Amino acid sequence: MSNLERKLHSREFVVTAELPVIDGGGHAEIMRQLAPMKPYVDAFNATDNPSAHAHCSPLAVAIGMIQAGVEPIMQLTCRDRNRLALESELVGAAMHGVQNVCCLTGDDVTAGDEPEARRVFDLDAPQLIALAHGISRGRYLSGRPVGARPNFVIGAVENHGAPPYEYRVRRAAKKVLAGASFLQLQICYRPELLERFMRAAADTGLSERIAMIPSICILRTVGGMRFVATKVPGIDVPPETVARVERAHDVEAECFDIAYELASHALAQPGVAGLHFISFRKDAGIAKLCARLGIPTRIEREIHGYSASVAV
Amino acid sequence: MSGANRGDRAAGSEGFGASRAARAVARVEHLIKGPVWGCQMCGQCVLHSTGLTCPMTCPKTLRNGPCGGVRPNGHCEVKPEMRCVWLKAYERSERLPLWRGHIDDLRPPVDNTLEGTSSWINLISGRDRQVPAGWMADADVEP
Repeated sequence: MSNLERKLHSREFVVTAELPVIDGGGHAEIMRQLAPMKPYVDAFNATDNPSAHAHCSPLAVAIGMIQAGVEPIMQLTCRDRNRLALESELVGAAMHGVQNVCCLTGDDVTAGDEPEARRVFDLDAPQLIALAHGISRGRYLSGRPVGARPNFVIGAVENHGAPPYEYRVRRAAKKVLAGASFLQLQICYRPELLERFMRAAADTGLSERIAMIPSICILRTVGGMRFVATKVPGIDVPPETVARVERAHDVEAECFDIAYELASHALAQPGVAGLHFISFRKDAGIAKLCARLGIPTRIEREIHGYSASVAV
Repeated sequence: MSGANRGDRAAGSEGFGASRAARAVARVEHLIKGPVWGCQMCGQCVLHSTGLTCPMTCPKTLRNGPCGGVRPNGHCEVKPEMRCVWLKAYERSERLPLWRGHIDDLRPPVDNTLEGTSSWINLISGRDRQVPAGWMADADVEP
Protein backbone atom coordinates (compact mmCIF):
# COMPACT_ATOMS: atom_id res chain seq x y z
CA MET A 1 0.00 0.00 0.00
CA SER A 2 1.42 3.39 -0.93
CA ASN A 3 1.79 6.09 1.67
CA LEU A 4 -0.80 8.14 -0.23
CA GLU A 5 -3.29 5.27 -0.14
CA ARG A 6 -2.72 4.72 3.56
CA LYS A 7 -3.38 8.40 4.27
CA LEU A 8 -6.47 8.48 2.10
CA HIS A 9 -7.81 5.40 3.87
CA SER A 10 -7.25 6.85 7.31
CA ARG A 11 -8.60 10.23 6.11
CA GLU A 12 -5.42 12.09 6.91
CA PHE A 13 -4.90 15.39 5.13
CA VAL A 14 -2.79 14.92 1.98
CA VAL A 15 -0.59 17.32 0.07
CA THR A 16 0.23 16.46 -3.52
CA ALA A 17 2.18 18.56 -5.99
CA GLU A 18 3.00 18.55 -9.64
CA LEU A 19 6.66 18.26 -10.53
CA PRO A 20 7.44 20.83 -13.24
CA VAL A 21 8.21 19.12 -16.52
CA ILE A 22 11.54 17.39 -17.05
CA ASP A 23 13.38 17.64 -20.34
CA GLY A 24 17.14 17.40 -20.10
CA GLY A 25 19.18 17.35 -16.93
CA GLY A 26 18.56 13.77 -15.84
CA HIS A 27 18.22 12.77 -12.20
CA ALA A 28 19.98 15.90 -11.02
CA GLU A 29 17.15 17.98 -12.48
CA ILE A 30 14.50 15.84 -10.74
CA MET A 31 16.36 16.19 -7.42
CA ARG A 32 16.75 19.94 -7.92
CA GLN A 33 13.05 20.44 -8.58
CA LEU A 34 11.91 18.19 -5.74
CA ALA A 35 14.18 19.64 -3.06
CA PRO A 36 12.31 22.83 -2.04
CA MET A 37 8.85 21.21 -1.80
CA LYS A 38 9.86 17.76 -0.58
CA PRO A 39 9.28 18.46 3.15
CA TYR A 40 5.58 19.25 2.61
CA VAL A 41 4.45 16.89 -0.11
CA ASP A 42 3.11 13.33 0.30
CA ALA A 43 3.20 12.42 -3.39
CA PHE A 44 4.29 14.12 -6.61
CA ASN A 45 2.51 14.01 -9.95
CA ALA A 46 4.67 12.99 -12.91
CA THR A 47 2.80 14.63 -15.79
CA ASP A 48 2.06 13.13 -19.18
CA ASN A 49 2.93 15.66 -21.89
CA PRO A 50 0.96 18.48 -20.25
CA SER A 51 -0.80 20.92 -22.58
CA ALA A 52 0.14 18.49 -25.36
CA HIS A 53 3.83 19.46 -25.27
CA ALA A 54 6.29 16.56 -25.37
CA HIS A 55 8.52 16.09 -22.31
CA CYS A 56 10.21 13.24 -20.46
CA SER A 57 7.68 10.39 -20.11
CA PRO A 58 5.66 10.06 -16.90
CA LEU A 59 6.90 6.52 -16.26
CA ALA A 60 10.55 7.59 -16.56
CA VAL A 61 9.98 10.54 -14.23
CA ALA A 62 8.02 8.36 -11.78
CA ILE A 63 10.93 5.90 -11.63
CA GLY A 64 13.29 8.84 -11.13
CA MET A 65 11.15 10.02 -8.22
CA ILE A 66 11.26 6.61 -6.54
CA GLN A 67 15.03 6.64 -6.91
CA ALA A 68 15.02 10.12 -5.36
CA GLY A 69 13.11 8.77 -2.36
CA VAL A 70 9.70 10.33 -2.99
CA GLU A 71 6.36 8.82 -3.91
CA PRO A 72 5.13 9.40 -7.45
CA ILE A 73 1.61 9.71 -8.85
CA MET A 74 2.02 8.68 -12.48
CA GLN A 75 -0.37 10.55 -14.73
CA LEU A 76 -1.60 8.85 -17.88
CA THR A 77 -3.64 10.50 -20.59
CA CYS A 78 -5.65 8.96 -23.41
CA ARG A 79 -4.32 11.38 -26.02
CA ASP A 80 -1.06 9.69 -27.02
CA ARG A 81 -1.57 5.96 -26.46
CA ASN A 82 -4.04 3.30 -27.50
CA ARG A 83 -5.29 0.72 -25.00
CA LEU A 84 -2.35 -1.65 -25.57
CA ALA A 85 0.19 1.09 -24.88
CA LEU A 86 -1.73 2.21 -21.80
CA GLU A 87 -1.80 -1.35 -20.44
CA SER A 88 1.91 -1.89 -20.99
CA GLU A 89 2.67 1.46 -19.36
CA LEU A 90 0.61 0.51 -16.30
CA VAL A 91 2.15 -2.94 -15.94
CA GLY A 92 5.59 -1.40 -16.51
CA ALA A 93 4.88 1.15 -13.79
CA ALA A 94 3.87 -1.61 -11.39
CA MET A 95 7.12 -3.44 -12.16
CA HIS A 96 9.05 -0.41 -10.91
CA GLY A 97 6.95 0.01 -7.76
CA VAL A 98 4.76 2.86 -8.96
CA GLN A 99 1.49 2.44 -7.08
CA ASN A 100 -0.33 5.73 -7.54
CA VAL A 101 -1.71 6.43 -10.99
CA CYS A 102 -3.91 9.25 -12.14
CA CYS A 103 -5.97 8.76 -15.29
CA LEU A 104 -6.96 11.72 -17.47
CA THR A 105 -8.49 12.32 -20.87
CA GLY A 106 -5.75 14.81 -21.76
CA ASP A 107 -5.65 18.14 -23.54
CA ASP A 108 -6.10 17.88 -27.27
CA VAL A 109 -3.05 17.93 -29.55
CA THR A 110 -4.21 21.32 -30.84
CA ALA A 111 -3.33 22.83 -27.42
CA GLY A 112 0.33 21.98 -27.95
CA ASP A 113 3.26 22.93 -30.14
CA GLU A 114 2.80 19.95 -32.47
CA PRO A 115 -0.88 20.33 -33.44
CA GLU A 116 -0.28 18.27 -36.58
CA ALA A 117 0.11 15.11 -34.44
CA ARG A 118 -2.51 12.35 -34.60
CA ARG A 119 -4.74 12.30 -31.52
CA VAL A 120 -5.49 8.81 -30.20
CA PHE A 121 -8.30 8.77 -27.58
CA ASP A 122 -8.81 5.03 -28.06
CA LEU A 123 -10.19 5.12 -24.50
CA ASP A 124 -11.63 7.97 -22.47
CA ALA A 125 -10.72 8.78 -18.86
CA PRO A 126 -13.45 6.68 -17.15
CA GLN A 127 -12.52 3.72 -19.38
CA LEU A 128 -8.81 4.17 -18.58
CA ILE A 129 -9.66 4.19 -14.86
CA ALA A 130 -11.61 0.94 -15.31
CA LEU A 131 -8.67 -0.51 -17.28
CA ALA A 132 -6.22 0.38 -14.48
CA HIS A 133 -8.64 -1.05 -11.93
CA GLY A 134 -8.89 -4.26 -13.94
CA ILE A 135 -5.10 -4.56 -14.08
CA SER A 136 -4.86 -4.01 -10.33
CA ARG A 137 -7.29 -6.91 -9.96
CA GLY A 138 -5.07 -9.07 -12.11
CA ARG A 139 -6.47 -8.85 -15.64
CA TYR A 140 -5.62 -7.16 -18.88
CA LEU A 141 -8.64 -5.82 -20.76
CA SER A 142 -8.80 -9.04 -22.77
CA GLY A 143 -9.20 -10.98 -19.54
CA ARG A 144 -5.71 -12.49 -19.74
CA PRO A 145 -4.07 -12.71 -16.28
CA VAL A 146 -1.36 -10.17 -15.47
CA GLY A 147 0.41 -12.47 -13.02
CA ALA A 148 1.37 -10.86 -9.74
CA ARG A 149 -1.38 -8.33 -9.11
CA PRO A 150 -0.23 -4.71 -9.09
CA ASN A 151 -1.67 -2.75 -6.22
CA PHE A 152 -2.73 0.56 -7.72
CA VAL A 153 -4.49 3.39 -6.02
CA ILE A 154 -6.23 5.11 -8.88
CA GLY A 155 -6.84 8.80 -9.17
CA ALA A 156 -8.86 10.88 -11.58
CA VAL A 157 -9.28 14.51 -12.50
CA GLU A 158 -12.46 16.47 -12.91
CA ASN A 159 -12.82 20.04 -14.09
CA HIS A 160 -15.58 21.53 -11.98
CA GLY A 161 -14.81 24.88 -13.62
CA ALA A 162 -15.95 23.80 -17.10
CA PRO A 163 -19.53 23.46 -18.36
CA PRO A 164 -21.87 21.69 -17.88
CA TYR A 165 -21.24 22.61 -14.23
CA GLU A 166 -24.22 20.72 -12.80
CA TYR A 167 -23.20 17.51 -14.58
CA ARG A 168 -19.59 17.41 -13.29
CA VAL A 169 -20.47 15.63 -10.05
CA ARG A 170 -22.24 12.92 -12.04
CA ARG A 171 -19.22 12.48 -14.27
CA ALA A 172 -17.00 12.23 -11.19
CA ALA A 173 -19.40 9.58 -9.83
CA LYS A 174 -18.85 7.61 -13.02
CA LYS A 175 -15.12 7.67 -12.30
CA VAL A 176 -15.77 6.31 -8.81
CA LEU A 177 -17.83 3.54 -10.37
CA ALA A 178 -14.86 2.79 -12.66
CA GLY A 179 -12.52 2.45 -9.67
CA ALA A 180 -11.06 5.88 -8.84
CA SER A 181 -10.41 6.66 -5.19
CA PHE A 182 -9.00 10.18 -5.32
CA LEU A 183 -9.95 13.16 -7.44
CA GLN A 184 -7.54 15.97 -8.20
CA LEU A 185 -9.75 18.86 -9.25
CA GLN A 186 -8.57 21.11 -12.05
CA ILE A 187 -7.12 24.56 -11.30
CA CYS A 188 -10.02 26.97 -10.99
CA TYR A 189 -10.04 30.74 -10.48
CA ARG A 190 -13.77 30.89 -9.75
CA PRO A 191 -14.21 29.84 -6.12
CA GLU A 192 -18.00 29.86 -6.41
CA LEU A 193 -17.72 26.90 -8.82
CA LEU A 194 -15.68 24.91 -6.29
CA GLU A 195 -18.33 25.66 -3.66
CA ARG A 196 -21.07 24.52 -6.00
CA PHE A 197 -19.23 21.29 -6.87
CA MET A 198 -18.33 20.47 -3.26
CA ARG A 199 -21.88 21.13 -2.09
CA ALA A 200 -23.30 18.82 -4.75
CA ALA A 201 -20.61 16.22 -3.92
CA ALA A 202 -21.60 16.36 -0.25
CA ASP A 203 -25.33 16.21 -1.04
CA THR A 204 -24.93 13.15 -3.27
CA GLY A 205 -22.52 11.41 -0.90
CA LEU A 206 -19.75 11.56 -3.49
CA SER A 207 -17.20 13.21 -1.19
CA GLU A 208 -17.57 10.20 1.13
CA ARG A 209 -16.67 7.83 -1.70
CA ILE A 210 -13.71 9.65 -3.23
CA ALA A 211 -11.06 11.94 -1.74
CA MET A 212 -11.49 15.46 -3.11
CA ILE A 213 -8.24 17.32 -3.72
CA PRO A 214 -8.61 20.83 -5.23
CA SER A 215 -5.63 22.19 -7.20
CA ILE A 216 -3.92 25.48 -6.47
CA CYS A 217 -1.62 27.05 -9.03
CA ILE A 218 1.15 29.45 -8.00
CA LEU A 219 2.07 31.81 -10.80
CA ARG A 220 4.57 34.66 -10.66
CA THR A 221 4.39 36.72 -13.84
CA VAL A 222 1.82 38.62 -15.89
CA GLY A 223 2.77 36.43 -18.85
CA GLY A 224 2.12 33.29 -16.80
CA MET A 225 -1.31 34.53 -15.78
CA ARG A 226 -2.18 35.44 -19.37
CA PHE A 227 -0.99 32.02 -20.55
CA VAL A 228 -3.24 30.20 -18.07
CA ALA A 229 -6.15 32.52 -18.92
CA THR A 230 -5.90 32.12 -22.67
CA LYS A 231 -3.94 28.99 -23.56
CA VAL A 232 -4.78 26.28 -21.04
CA PRO A 233 -7.97 24.50 -22.12
CA GLY A 234 -10.82 24.52 -19.63
CA ILE A 235 -9.51 27.18 -17.23
CA ASP A 236 -11.70 30.26 -16.98
CA VAL A 237 -9.85 33.14 -15.32
CA PRO A 238 -12.11 36.13 -14.55
CA PRO A 239 -10.85 39.30 -16.31
CA GLU A 240 -10.63 41.09 -12.95
CA THR A 241 -8.15 38.48 -11.71
CA VAL A 242 -5.94 39.02 -14.77
CA ALA A 243 -6.27 42.80 -14.33
CA ARG A 244 -5.34 42.51 -10.66
CA VAL A 245 -2.03 40.90 -11.61
CA GLU A 246 -1.43 43.35 -14.47
CA ARG A 247 -1.94 46.34 -12.15
CA ALA A 248 0.17 45.02 -9.30
CA HIS A 249 3.44 46.73 -8.29
CA ASP A 250 4.82 43.45 -7.02
CA VAL A 251 3.44 40.91 -9.49
CA GLU A 252 4.97 37.90 -7.79
CA ALA A 253 3.51 38.84 -4.40
CA GLU A 254 0.10 39.47 -5.95
CA CYS A 255 0.12 36.06 -7.68
CA PHE A 256 1.09 34.48 -4.38
CA ASP A 257 -1.77 36.28 -2.61
CA ILE A 258 -4.24 34.99 -5.21
CA ALA A 259 -2.99 31.43 -4.69
CA TYR A 260 -3.26 31.88 -0.92
CA GLU A 261 -6.82 33.19 -1.14
CA LEU A 262 -7.94 30.32 -3.39
CA ALA A 263 -6.21 27.74 -1.17
CA SER A 264 -7.76 29.17 2.02
CA HIS A 265 -11.15 29.08 0.38
CA ALA A 266 -10.63 25.48 -0.79
CA LEU A 267 -9.54 24.36 2.70
CA ALA A 268 -12.75 25.79 4.14
CA GLN A 269 -14.95 23.60 1.92
CA PRO A 270 -16.49 20.56 3.61
CA GLY A 271 -15.19 17.27 2.27
CA VAL A 272 -11.80 18.51 1.09
CA ALA A 273 -9.27 15.73 1.68
CA GLY A 274 -6.15 17.65 0.77
CA LEU A 275 -4.62 20.10 -1.66
CA HIS A 276 -2.73 19.67 -4.91
CA PHE A 277 -0.17 22.35 -5.76
CA ILE A 278 1.10 23.35 -9.17
CA SER A 279 3.94 25.80 -9.42
CA PHE A 280 5.83 26.77 -12.51
CA ARG A 281 8.47 28.44 -10.37
CA LYS A 282 11.39 26.24 -9.49
CA ASP A 283 11.84 27.52 -5.94
CA ALA A 284 10.17 27.15 -2.59
CA GLY A 285 6.79 28.65 -3.59
CA ILE A 286 4.83 25.56 -2.53
CA ALA A 287 6.64 25.30 0.80
CA LYS A 288 6.05 29.01 1.43
CA LEU A 289 2.36 28.70 0.62
CA CYS A 290 1.92 25.66 2.89
CA ALA A 291 3.64 27.55 5.70
CA ARG A 292 1.35 30.57 5.22
CA LEU A 293 -1.71 28.31 5.14
CA GLY A 294 -0.61 26.71 8.38
CA ILE A 295 -0.19 23.28 6.81
CA PRO A 296 2.60 21.54 8.73
CA THR A 297 5.36 19.58 7.01
CA ARG A 298 4.70 15.95 6.11
CA ILE A 299 6.68 14.66 9.09
CA GLU A 300 4.94 17.02 11.51
CA ARG A 301 1.53 15.98 10.17
CA GLU A 302 2.46 12.32 10.56
CA ILE A 303 3.62 12.81 14.14
CA HIS A 304 1.11 15.34 15.46
CA GLY A 305 -1.79 14.97 13.02
CA TYR A 306 -3.46 17.82 11.18
CA SER A 307 -6.98 18.75 10.32
CA ALA A 308 -7.64 21.46 7.76
CA SER A 309 -10.76 22.65 9.54
CA VAL A 310 -8.71 23.53 12.63
CA ALA A 311 -6.26 25.59 10.63
CA VAL A 312 -8.81 27.78 8.88
CA MET B 1 -13.96 9.10 -45.40
CA SER B 2 -17.25 9.28 -47.31
CA GLY B 3 -20.46 7.79 -46.01
CA ALA B 4 -20.60 5.20 -48.74
CA ASN B 5 -17.12 4.00 -47.84
CA ARG B 6 -18.08 3.69 -44.19
CA GLY B 7 -20.99 1.47 -45.20
CA ASP B 8 -18.71 -0.60 -47.44
CA ARG B 9 -16.32 -1.29 -44.56
CA ALA B 10 -18.70 -4.05 -43.54
CA ALA B 11 -17.30 -6.05 -46.44
CA GLY B 12 -14.10 -6.61 -44.51
CA SER B 13 -15.71 -8.09 -41.43
CA GLU B 14 -16.68 -11.63 -40.64
CA GLY B 15 -19.95 -13.57 -40.57
CA PHE B 16 -23.30 -11.97 -41.22
CA GLY B 17 -21.71 -8.50 -41.20
CA ALA B 18 -19.91 -9.46 -44.41
CA SER B 19 -22.99 -10.50 -46.36
CA ARG B 20 -24.47 -8.46 -49.15
CA ALA B 21 -27.69 -7.96 -47.16
CA ALA B 22 -25.73 -6.67 -44.16
CA ARG B 23 -23.87 -4.18 -46.34
CA ALA B 24 -27.18 -2.97 -47.73
CA VAL B 25 -28.58 -2.51 -44.22
CA ALA B 26 -25.45 -0.59 -43.22
CA ARG B 27 -25.88 1.71 -46.22
CA VAL B 28 -29.52 2.38 -45.38
CA GLU B 29 -28.62 3.01 -41.75
CA HIS B 30 -25.98 5.51 -42.75
CA LEU B 31 -28.30 7.21 -45.23
CA ILE B 32 -30.74 7.87 -42.40
CA LYS B 33 -28.46 8.47 -39.41
CA GLY B 34 -25.72 10.36 -41.27
CA PRO B 35 -27.72 13.49 -42.12
CA VAL B 36 -29.74 13.44 -38.88
CA TRP B 37 -27.08 12.72 -36.24
CA GLY B 38 -23.78 12.94 -38.10
CA CYS B 39 -23.49 9.15 -37.66
CA GLN B 40 -19.91 7.88 -37.98
CA MET B 41 -20.93 4.20 -38.32
CA CYS B 42 -19.16 3.00 -35.18
CA GLY B 43 -21.47 -0.03 -35.27
CA GLN B 44 -22.37 0.18 -31.56
CA CYS B 45 -24.92 2.93 -31.36
CA VAL B 46 -25.52 4.60 -27.99
CA LEU B 47 -27.68 7.51 -29.23
CA HIS B 48 -30.54 6.63 -26.91
CA SER B 49 -28.33 7.03 -23.83
CA THR B 50 -26.69 10.26 -24.98
CA GLY B 51 -29.75 12.42 -25.56
CA LEU B 52 -29.83 11.39 -29.24
CA THR B 53 -26.43 13.09 -29.74
CA CYS B 54 -23.70 11.04 -31.42
CA PRO B 55 -20.59 10.91 -29.16
CA MET B 56 -18.46 9.90 -32.15
CA THR B 57 -18.82 13.48 -33.42
CA CYS B 58 -16.82 14.63 -30.37
CA PRO B 59 -13.28 15.32 -31.71
CA LYS B 60 -11.91 13.11 -28.93
CA THR B 61 -14.64 10.47 -29.58
CA LEU B 62 -15.37 10.36 -25.84
CA ARG B 63 -18.10 7.91 -24.80
CA ASN B 64 -18.49 8.88 -21.15
CA GLY B 65 -19.14 12.59 -20.90
CA PRO B 66 -17.46 15.92 -21.56
CA CYS B 67 -13.71 16.39 -21.13
CA GLY B 68 -12.29 19.17 -18.97
CA GLY B 69 -11.55 21.38 -21.94
CA VAL B 70 -15.08 22.72 -22.52
CA ARG B 71 -14.90 26.49 -22.97
CA PRO B 72 -16.80 28.87 -20.66
CA ASN B 73 -19.26 29.54 -23.53
CA GLY B 74 -19.94 25.81 -23.80
CA HIS B 75 -17.95 25.35 -26.99
CA CYS B 76 -15.44 22.64 -27.87
CA GLU B 77 -11.77 22.83 -26.90
CA VAL B 78 -10.73 21.45 -30.29
CA LYS B 79 -13.26 23.18 -32.54
CA PRO B 80 -14.05 26.56 -30.95
CA GLU B 81 -16.89 27.21 -33.42
CA MET B 82 -18.75 24.05 -32.36
CA ARG B 83 -20.85 23.56 -29.18
CA CYS B 84 -19.53 20.74 -27.01
CA VAL B 85 -21.15 17.51 -28.17
CA TRP B 86 -21.46 16.31 -24.59
CA LEU B 87 -23.01 19.54 -23.39
CA LYS B 88 -25.72 19.00 -26.00
CA ALA B 89 -25.98 15.35 -25.03
CA TYR B 90 -26.46 16.22 -21.38
CA GLU B 91 -29.07 18.91 -22.07
CA ARG B 92 -31.01 16.74 -24.48
CA SER B 93 -30.91 13.67 -22.25
CA GLU B 94 -32.45 15.75 -19.46
CA ARG B 95 -35.35 16.61 -21.79
CA LEU B 96 -35.93 13.06 -23.04
CA PRO B 97 -38.94 11.31 -21.54
CA LEU B 98 -37.09 7.99 -21.80
CA TRP B 99 -33.54 6.81 -21.01
CA ARG B 100 -32.78 9.96 -19.00
CA GLY B 101 -30.49 8.33 -16.45
CA HIS B 102 -28.64 6.30 -19.08
CA ILE B 103 -26.16 9.12 -19.65
CA ASP B 104 -24.61 8.11 -16.30
CA ASP B 105 -23.89 4.55 -17.48
CA LEU B 106 -20.23 3.64 -17.78
CA ARG B 107 -19.92 2.81 -21.46
CA PRO B 108 -17.19 0.32 -22.45
CA PRO B 109 -14.36 1.09 -24.88
CA VAL B 110 -15.34 1.30 -28.54
CA ASP B 111 -14.97 -2.01 -30.38
CA ASN B 112 -13.06 -0.86 -33.45
CA THR B 113 -13.74 -4.11 -35.31
CA LEU B 114 -17.37 -3.00 -35.64
CA GLU B 115 -16.57 0.23 -37.49
CA GLY B 116 -18.59 0.45 -40.69
CA THR B 117 -21.04 -2.30 -39.74
CA SER B 118 -24.74 -1.80 -39.08
CA SER B 119 -25.51 -1.09 -35.43
CA TRP B 120 -29.07 -2.26 -36.10
CA ILE B 121 -27.82 -5.72 -36.97
CA ASN B 122 -25.36 -5.64 -34.06
CA LEU B 123 -28.20 -4.67 -31.72
CA ILE B 124 -30.40 -7.55 -32.86
CA SER B 125 -27.56 -10.07 -32.74
CA GLY B 126 -26.31 -8.76 -29.37
CA ARG B 127 -22.85 -8.23 -30.86
CA ASP B 128 -22.81 -4.58 -29.73
CA ARG B 129 -23.13 -5.66 -26.09
CA GLN B 130 -20.10 -7.94 -26.14
CA VAL B 131 -17.27 -6.49 -24.06
CA PRO B 132 -13.72 -7.75 -23.50
CA ALA B 133 -13.53 -10.36 -20.71
CA GLY B 134 -11.45 -8.04 -18.51
CA TRP B 135 -13.86 -5.12 -18.74
CA MET B 136 -15.31 -4.41 -15.27
CA ALA B 137 -14.77 -8.06 -14.32
CA ASP B 138 -15.98 -8.62 -10.77
CA ALA B 139 -13.62 -11.24 -9.44
CA ASP B 140 -9.96 -10.71 -8.65
CA VAL B 141 -7.51 -13.00 -10.40
CA GLU B 142 -5.43 -14.87 -7.89
CA PRO B 143 -1.74 -14.26 -8.43
